[in-house]
This record gives sequence, C-alpha cells and structure tokens, in this order.
Amino acid sequence: MFDQSNLIYRYDGSFDGLLCCVFESYDKKEIPTEIILPDTSQTLLFTAKEIRTDIQKSSRVLASIPEKMGFDALNFIQRAFLTCAVKKELYILLFLRLGYRHGRSIMGMLTDDTVNTLFKAVKHLDNESHLLKGFVRFSIFSNVLVAQIEPKNYVLPLMTQHFSERYPEERFLIYDKTHGMALVYQPHQSAIIPIEDLELPEPDEQEQSYRELWQLFYDTIEIQGRHNPKCRMSHMPKRYWKYMTEFGGPRKKSPLKLEDTAKFLIP
Amino acid sequence: MDVFDKLKILTDAAKYDVACTSSGVNKKAAAGGIGSAAASGICHSFSGDGRCISLLKVLMTNVCAYDCKYCVNRKSNDTPRASFTPRELAELTINFYRRNYIEGLFLSSGVLKNPDYTTEQMIEALRILREEYRFFGYIHAKAIPGTDSGLIAQLGMLTDRMSVNIELPSQSSLQLLAPDKSKHSILAPMKYIQNRIQENSTDVIKYHHAPKFVPAGQSTQMIIGATPDTDFQILNLTEGLYKKYKLKRVFFSAYMPVAENALLPTLDTTPPLWREHRLYQADWLLRFYGFTANELLDQHHQSFNPYLDPKCNWALHHMEFFPMNINRAPYSDLLRVPGIGVNSAKRIVIARRSATLQFNDLKKLGVVLKRAQYFITCGGKVTDGLKITQDKVLQSLMSEKTLGMYHQSFPLQSQTKQLSLFEQPPMIPSGFPQEDLQRCLTNPI
Repeated sequence: MFDQSNLIYRYDGSFDGLLCCVFESYDKKEIPTEIILPDTSQTLLFTAKEIRTDIQKSSRVLASIPEKMGFDALNFIQRAFLTCAVKKELYILLFLRLGYRHGRSIMGMLTDDTVNTLFKAVKHLDNESHLLKGFVRFSIFSNVLVAQIEPKNYVLPLMTQHFSERYPEERFLIYDKTHGMALVYQPHQSAIIPIEDLELPEPDEQEQSYRELWQLFYDTIEIQGRHNPKCRMSHMPKRYWKYMTEFGGPRKKSPLKLEDTAKFLIP
Repeated sequence: MDVFDKLKILTDAAKYDVACTSSGVNKKAAAGGIGSAAASGICHSFSGDGRCISLLKVLMTNVCAYDCKYCVNRKSNDTPRASFTPRELAELTINFYRRNYIEGLFLSSGVLKNPDYTTEQMIEALRILREEYRFFGYIHAKAIPGTDSGLIAQLGMLTDRMSVNIELPSQSSLQLLAPDKSKHSILAPMKYIQNRIQENSTDVIKYHHAPKFVPAGQSTQMIIGATPDTDFQILNLTEGLYKKYKLKRVFFSAYMPVAENALLPTLDTTPPLWREHRLYQADWLLRFYGFTANELLDQHHQSFNPYLDPKCNWALHHMEFFPMNINRAPYSDLLRVPGIGVNSAKRIVIARRSATLQFNDLKKLGVVLKRAQYFITCGGKVTDGLKITQDKVLQSLMSEKTLGMYHQSFPLQSQTKQLSLFEQPPMIPSGFPQEDLQRCLTNPI
C-alpha cells in the first residue's frame, strides 16, 4: 500500500463525487490525507488531485456498501455526509475502507477512532434535527407557512418527512440560511431547492395577534418561583432563539421587563 | 373579556400541572387532516424555569366547585375567573399548531357546576378539533374525579393520553386537604381507563381499524412536601402505580406555597426541589434500570440521601457487588454502575463484541469515568494509580458545592464518623446548593 503523506483529493462536493474518491483510493491503492471541496482556497503546499465524478464508478461503490456491510452502514454514511464535522469526507472514506475489511461488524466497532468520530458527528446531526422539529416557527403569509433556520448541520433532508406528515394539506417553506437551501412543500410533494435569500413581508393583523398570544402564553406558563435560566439554556441553546417567536419583537400586552431586553441584546 | 385575558388567566391557573409530554404514540394525519405525533415526544420550547413546553397547557375554566386547600383555583380563593368556549379553545389550538408553536393540547379544568358538565365541555372542544378541523396531533386530557364512566369513555376516544391526578400521596392527606376528593374517587377512573385500554388493545388486534382508546396511556401527578408523607411511601406508591395500573409516567411536583392555611407549609417555604429531583432519579431507576423501590429505600431509611443520588447511594451500600468486569458483566448489571447510563451500557454491550474494552475506550463510549472507575475493572485491572479512599470516592460522586456543604454539616469530627453519611441522611441545610437544584428542574421526555 502506497501511503503518500501529501496526497490530496479534490471532489465536486456531491455524495457521488465522494464515492468516486473511494473508488480512486482503491483503484490506485492509495489513501489521501485530505479530501477538499472545489472552492477551498489554495493555501496548500501540494497540488490536489482532481477526482472526476463518474456515475458508473459511484454506483458501483454505492451498490457494494449494503452488500458488504449492511443497509445500516449505508444509511449511516449518508447521514454522516450531512454533518458539519471537519474532514467528514476523509473519515467517511476511512470508514468505508474499514467496512470493506471488517464487514457488518463495522457498525459495532464503536471504540475505533474513525467510527467513533463519525458516530459523534451523526449524533450531533440527529440531535439538531430533532430539536429543530420543535423549534421551527412558521409565520403565515397568504396561507403559506414560512420559517427560517440557521442550523450547523444540513438537516433539511431529515426534516422533510416529519413536516410532510405534520402538514399534509398545507403549503410550506423552510429556509436554511446556513446552507442557502429551502425545503418547499405543497400537498403531497416536496423538494429541496437552492435559494439565495429570503425576505419576509410584514405580518398581517391575524398573524401578529397569534404571535402575541403565543408570547403571552410563553411568559405566563413559567413558574416564577422556579426561575432557572441555565436549565433553559442547556435544553434550548441561545443560537436557536434568533428565529423563535417567543423571543422576537417587543411584547405589546405586557410591558417590556429589564430581563427581557437582555434576551434581545444577545443574538 | 377577550382571548388575551382568558389565555392569561387560564394558563396561569394551569401552570402548576407538571406533565407536558407529547410522547408515547406514533401517528400521522389521514388524508385531508392536519397533525402527527412522534413516540419520542417533541419539545417546542422551554420556559424560563427550564421546563419543556410541548403542549398548549390551559384549563377549560378555572371556576371550581371544590375547595382543595393546596390549589390556586380553590373555591375560596379570590382570583379572577374565566372560561374558554369550546370553539375558542379549538381555534386557538389549531392556529398555534399550524405555526409549529405546539405539539398539541393539554386540557384540564376546574369543576364547573359538576364533574359531568365540565367533562361535557371538554369533550365538545376536542370534538370540534378532531372532527371539524380534522386534527390528528397530540391531546392530553385530565379526567375529573367523579365523572360518569360513560363520559370518560367518550373523552378517551378523543385523546392520546389521559391522567387523573393523585395530588396527595395518602388517604389521610387527602381527607385533610382535599375534602371533596377521596382515594376511591381518584383510583376508580384510573382503574376504569386501564381496563378500557386493555379491552381496546385486544379489539385492535381483532379489528385492524378499531378506534384507539387513549393510545399513549395514562399518567398521574403527586405534590411533594405539602404533607408529611415520606419518600419511601411516595416511591412505593409510584412503583405500585406502574405495576398495578400500568401507568406510563408518574410526575412529582415540589409544593409551591400558593395558599395560607394552618394545615399547609407557610407561604415563605421554599419548594423542596432537591427532593423532587431525587424522586425523579429514583423514578428513572425504577423504569429503566431494573431497580425496585425496596432496594433504594426501606423502613429504616425513609428519606433519600440529600448528598448522594439514589444510584450512588445504593452502590456504596452494596460494595460486594463490585468491582465489576466491564467485558463480562451482563447488561442488567452494567446498569447498576454509577457513571454508566442506559445509552453507555448499550454501547458497551455492542462494542465489546469486536474488541476488549480498556479505560480509554469507555470514555469514548460516554461512560463517566470519574464516578465509574471505583466500581469497574477492565481486563482484570483498575485504573492506573487509583487510590480508593473514602474522601476520594465521595469527591467523585458529589459536585464540589455539595461536598462543601457536606463537610460543613460534618465539621471535622473523627474520620470514622463520616460513615454516618451512609447511615442516616442528615438534615438539609436551608441553602442547599443551586448547582444540584438546576439539574432537578429538567422536565424529561
């Protein structure tokens, strides 16, 4: 085996592209030290090797994964690809190489560093997508539900099923600002499409009053004698607050409290 | 009175109910409907006290014919009263639901006129939601003690979960503080619901599309600290409820003084949050860790140790059980090690199939070695350089603050005296550490 210390792959950023890197690694009997995206700035000492995406190669790799290590492993690396883990591409390649050697037992090798790193990343992804299923806040503009999120991981594919089952007869849009993508749905079909930016109109009267009702409910449901901001923060980190109705805008019905203003100052 | 005022009054009156879970059932909307439910439950927000907000938790009305001494809505309390009309409530729920504010509705009520009339109002609101709005989301409804069983059956067909609150853990406490309720009036509907769930589960097998009765099961709630009932009594009752009545959850709520009454703790009493926390820990041990109530407490130890959690306390009393060989011990034994939880025990069982586990592997699997190291061996060895002294063990099992408090309440007596920690739980100093309290306020899924 050829283990060049300066070997870098450059792929097109697609899942198929990554599978072609795996193909290349086996074809040339080499293991890269890094796999980079096309727009990564060239501060590297060594030139990267372009890996062309070839559907024939990638589908061979794709078909071999469930065969050699089971559907769980395929599902697992597909999710790993959505995570925000650094060097996730390299870890996926190393994971697959391990998988081809060990077969199905790869999913149980939790103490292996490669496997462990990916498991943690996938757990982060699953947690974030679970939390966002609750924290997403829709506003209704001319009978379309619109929401914005800023997740660390690319969670939209994992949220599609949940929201399609929740609102089968509605039209909705969830805009992922981090990745510039949006999940759009109209009765019985959904798609994830790239979107540059999203500007929301002013809420109409009905929308505004339901927002205020929700804020009123949120403020009232707290038992003052058990106030515990730290506990809230550990369950609902502040980075999610930005788009949540209960923290947005001044409350009309109840005057602004000092501790409330503090919430708005911290993003 | 507009909807804003009603919502404020009826939320304020409902907030002392602990349960806000949306778990226990998986379903999705039928054609033309709206709403789904996930068995894991989904929290939509967390309030300033750190509790999960999953459901729109309100009362149908806070007018009440009863005069339970511990309750804000008691007849004799001078507080503004309001009632939702069934349609108002249904509309509010569906509009919150569309905006993804909530997972569903938690509907409870004061007793307006009589229990039957109140339940009819609740049924009407739920009927509008289910039939007119074709709402398939989660609904949790309170069964009002004393309601006709026919009405409870109707209510049960519309809801996912039902609950009857026990509130006070013994008959004598009930007599004293809730003169309009009796043990019988609480346990009868609970038994009835359980029987219906049982019948329904056989129906569902026979007829695939038989409508489901309370598919997410029932739960209940007890107030802690309003009466002299001990932890041992409460935990035993809890265990009985899980076994006999097949409850899904028992919730505990530290008593917040809301009323001046000679029979109750005074208004300036702080709620016994640490006790509530210990009870929840024990509750988890009963449900997921295979412990029984009698292992955790007994006739001679009726209260939880304030400094140590029930699992550590059990482990220190049963050192003959340890050290445990991580690579060999069965799953049920792994669960008994302090620092190993359900997730890490499962991971250990999986991971040791392909490799012999060492201490640094355990760290990767999420085991809290700081606590676990005193109770386990890997490959026949304990951690390198581990010295097992009483002080060291205690230090690792308590947070720094708790340890400080502990040393304060046992000022440098002879070292052997410290063993009393394992014997009799000492009195709680009034300013029990916040750090531990913070952990107790979580509302688990």
